[in-house]
Amino acid sequence: MSTTPTTGAAVSTASEQEALRKAIASGTRPPRASAFAACRAFAWRGILKIKHVPEQLMDATITPVLFTLMFTYMFGGAIAGSTKDYLQFILPGIVVQSVLFTTVYSGVALNTDMTRGVVDRFRSLPLWRPAPLVGAVAGDSIRAFSAGAVVVVLGLILGFRPDGGVLGVLGAILVVLVFAFALAWVFTTLGLVMRSPSAVMNTGFMALFPLIFLSNIFVAPETLPAALEAFVDVNPITHLVTATRGLMDGNADGGDIALVLGEAALLTAIFIPLTSRYYRKAG
Amino acid sequence: MTAESPLAIEASGLVKTFGETRAVDGVDLAVPTGSVYGVLGPNGAGKTTTIRMLATLLRPDAGSARVFGHDIVREADAVRGSVSLTGQLASVDEELTGRENLILLGRLLGHGIPAARERADELLDAFGLEASAGKLVKNYSGGMRRRLDIAASIVVTPRLLFLDEPTTGLDPRSRNQVWEIVRLMVSAGTTILLCTQYLEEADQLAEGIAVIDRGRVIAEGTPAQLKASVGAGSLHVRLLDPAQRPQAERVLSARIGTTHLEVDPAALSTPCGDADQAAEAIAELGRNGIAVAGFSLGQPSLDEVFLALTGRPADEDAETATTEERVA
Ligand SMILES: Nc1ncnc2c1ncn2[C@@H]1O[C@H](COP(=O)(O)OP(=O)(O)OP(=O)(O)O)[C@@H](O)[C@H]1O
Ligand SMILES: [Mg+2]
Repeated sequence: MSTTPTTGAAVSTASEQEALRKAIASGTRPPRASAFAACRAFAWRGILKIKHVPEQLMDATITPVLFTLMFTYMFGGAIAGSTKDYLQFILPGIVVQSVLFTTVYSGVALNTDMTRGVVDRFRSLPLWRPAPLVGAVAGDSIRAFSAGAVVVVLGLILGFRPDGGVLGVLGAILVVLVFAFALAWVFTTLGLVMRSPSAVMNTGFMALFPLIFLSNIFVAPETLPAALEAFVDVNPITHLVTATRGLMDGNADGGDIALVLGEAALLTAIFIPLTSRYYRKAG
Repeated sequence: MTAESPLAIEASGLVKTFGETRAVDGVDLAVPTGSVYGVLGPNGAGKTTTIRMLATLLRPDAGSARVFGHDIVREADAVRGSVSLTGQLASVDEELTGRENLILLGRLLGHGIPAARERADELLDAFGLEASAGKLVKNYSGGMRRRLDIAASIVVTPRLLFLDEPTTGLDPRSRNQVWEIVRLMVSAGTTILLCTQYLEEADQLAEGIAVIDRGRVIAEGTPAQLKASVGAGSLHVRLLDPAQRPQAERVLSARIGTTHLEVDPAALSTPCGDADQAAEAIAELGRNGIAVAGFSLGQPSLDEVFLALTGRPADEDAETATTEERVA
């Protein structure tokens, strides 16, 4: 209760007041941030968060390590007859899988953000509207890249030998990151329509699992029953794995890569506007 | 649209509904440039919803508003270019340090990296946060967080600042610091829309006050007018022994006037604007053998304003609002 009369007497010294007065007076407005500068600042925000909570990166990198070891040594012998051959076959696919799983976190992070007051501030700034989203997803590429890089390095240690050389491997990772950037927008949309971070995570993984397992990551589609093979053939993740394998093996097909980039462009074109719309309307 | 409007905010008939709840139900506001304008109301009155519409975060369902002559819906971007928001939930990023927060905002507002850093350091100094600049905001105290929040709102000094309950939960010292900042900002030319639950705060800072209740403006005027309509103030008495309250009530009623029993079983209050009369009444309690633990002569509380304006205590609303929230 505010029943005690208070005067709000000055609590700071004259020099402190002077510093405040000066700080208030010197807040002149610079020209507006360009769309690019705003995205860059938001990407920086994402990277700072990873810096402050590096455990996040552990999540993104430990699972891929486990997957690589598990698939190579448990199934290698059974599926391909030798672990070495199977590693050669499966590694590009594990890179794809590991990177794509990290994209769900973009949606989870956005969902968490929306419950915090800071989003109100971002939305009240004169900015290119999608900047907070584009910047965040771009910043998340760090996580995606770490997941991919860990798998490649582990693969090299275990005996994976990419005929495509350094350039082929880097090109492959780049294509996977481009596709991951596009796919992340599906999950940011999900992040804005779902009620809780864990709902986003569950739905995201539930959507991703069948697409990952019903692709050509683990087995050649020709060995599958016809109906399954048909699905695997139209699955965009199959296309991405084919392009990645091609680049790493040094026999990339331009058409495969173009198909992947086209699919990425399509996802982006649909889901960036959708996410932006939900973000604008959230409140 | 370049014409200077003498009004910083001009709102008419703003409405916002959430499902069944009419959170804002036809609010009109006229806030002159260069002043602090207080919006006073209990929990769930619609203060935050009103601010969020004016700050372009929510689209009104009906009605319209202009900020410095710019329509909040059709010219939202122009509005964003002249306002800043210090929300009720701290509008800073908990997972960054104080300094990173300010640098981020500087960059988003158009500063290059060096200028953003320089501005951040200047503000951290001025707001007494230099020692915690490198700490994550989630480890800040409530007062520090508020100061950082306000600093973040003036990385570029706005023409209009929205402050949503800036001192709720702060200790008196932190609260006075916030008040001081508000006064300095106004003297530097910023207009401030201040939402608060404390009449005292509005009285300290604002030149004009709108009282809102259930999404409507129920009274409007200067703090002096408002207090005059409510009564000059009250004498609050707290007894050592709650059992003596009926007796004390009789004494105060006889001496001063209608006495109101407070929720606290040992407390009671009566409208009274005169210190001598109050002193007399306290002495009279003593003569009757009623032990007084403490007393104060103060301005009417929001409760009393509400009682006077609506004939019911403000608390009722808070309860309905929370039940609605739980149901929703
Ligand atoms: N996003 C929302 N969804 C549903 N109901 C809402 C939402 N925001 C506010 N409300 C409801 O609208 C009413 C007004 O809320 P508002 O937050 O504007 O009140 P307030 O005056 O700021 O209260 P307080 O003092 O508690 O902050 C309340 O009944 C609240 O439950
Ligand atoms: Mg509020």
